[in-house]
Amino acid sequence: MILAKIVGTVVATRKDERLVSTKLLVARPMDPRGKAEGTYLVAVDTVDAGVGETVLIVSGSSARMAAGLKDCPVDAAVVGIVDNIDVHESGT
Amino acid sequence: MQICRVVGTVVSTQKNRKLHGAKLMLVQPLTLDGEARGVGLLAIDSVGAGVGERVLVVIEGKAAGDALGRKGTAVDAAIIGIVDTIEHDGTA
Amino acid sequence: MQLARVIGEVVASVKDVNLAAATLLVLQPLSASGEPAGRTLVALDSVGAGVGETVFFVRGREAAFPFYPAEPPTDATIVGIVDHWSTE
Repeated sequence: MILAKIVGTVVATRKDERLVSTKLLVARPMDPRGKAEGTYLVAVDTVDAGVGETVLIVSGSSARMAAGLKDCPVDAAVVGIVDNIDVHESGT
Repeated sequence: MQICRVVGTVVSTQKNRKLHGAKLMLVQPLTLDGEARGVGLLAIDSVGAGVGERVLVVIEGKAAGDALGRKGTAVDAAIIGIVDTIEHDGTA
Repeated sequence: MQLARVIGEVVASVKDVNLAAATLLVLQPLSASGEPAGRTLVALDSVGAGVGETVFFVRGREAAFPFYPAEPPTDATIVGIVDHWSTE
């Protein structure tokens, strides 16, 4: 899973029928210290996250194991809202 | 998922049996500001997208197969939505 | 599978129901020589690993297998704690 900050939303009226009524969020991946890294992605929200929040995103085929996304054509899902990140060593 | 622009269509007569009838589109990944980024890719279309439209593209094999409605198909990207609007806070 | 060092923990109260009991750890993947290699990520723990330990983890759909029959939505899970390793 990756840590990311929610920076926006996407509206798409015409979409795969299995995605009707899902919320699509624009997320910016970040490292555990909050530094942005890589490029943005669009993820389906399953935990009612909002812009500005730090979240956990699961990607790849595992995204479809998030609640309500079985057999949905998605490759990224927001599965948690982060309260706190503790980093104990630099790792660099 | 990635936001892309449909930049072309691809016609292939001789292709894997499971791909018969699938609509192949050439899509270009975009930044949130609509600039092209990275290399283009081929995606199957399951929502009726047209050239010039901004679309949501899922880039993962099984999800793409689900979008096409055929399991076990050799596809790795599918258009699953047409973008109406994107709102973002400018940090992505 | 890849080697990694556990460098932190993540607390998330609101999360997928199938993650309710999960421990979320921050991993720094390592090269064969033990140097940090690539981006950090968050993984579930299936072996009782802790911060500072060297572990190995699996990515992808298979990351849910250690929790069978539960199917938590995870794309990375720690599946072992490394005692030692050596390279030529």
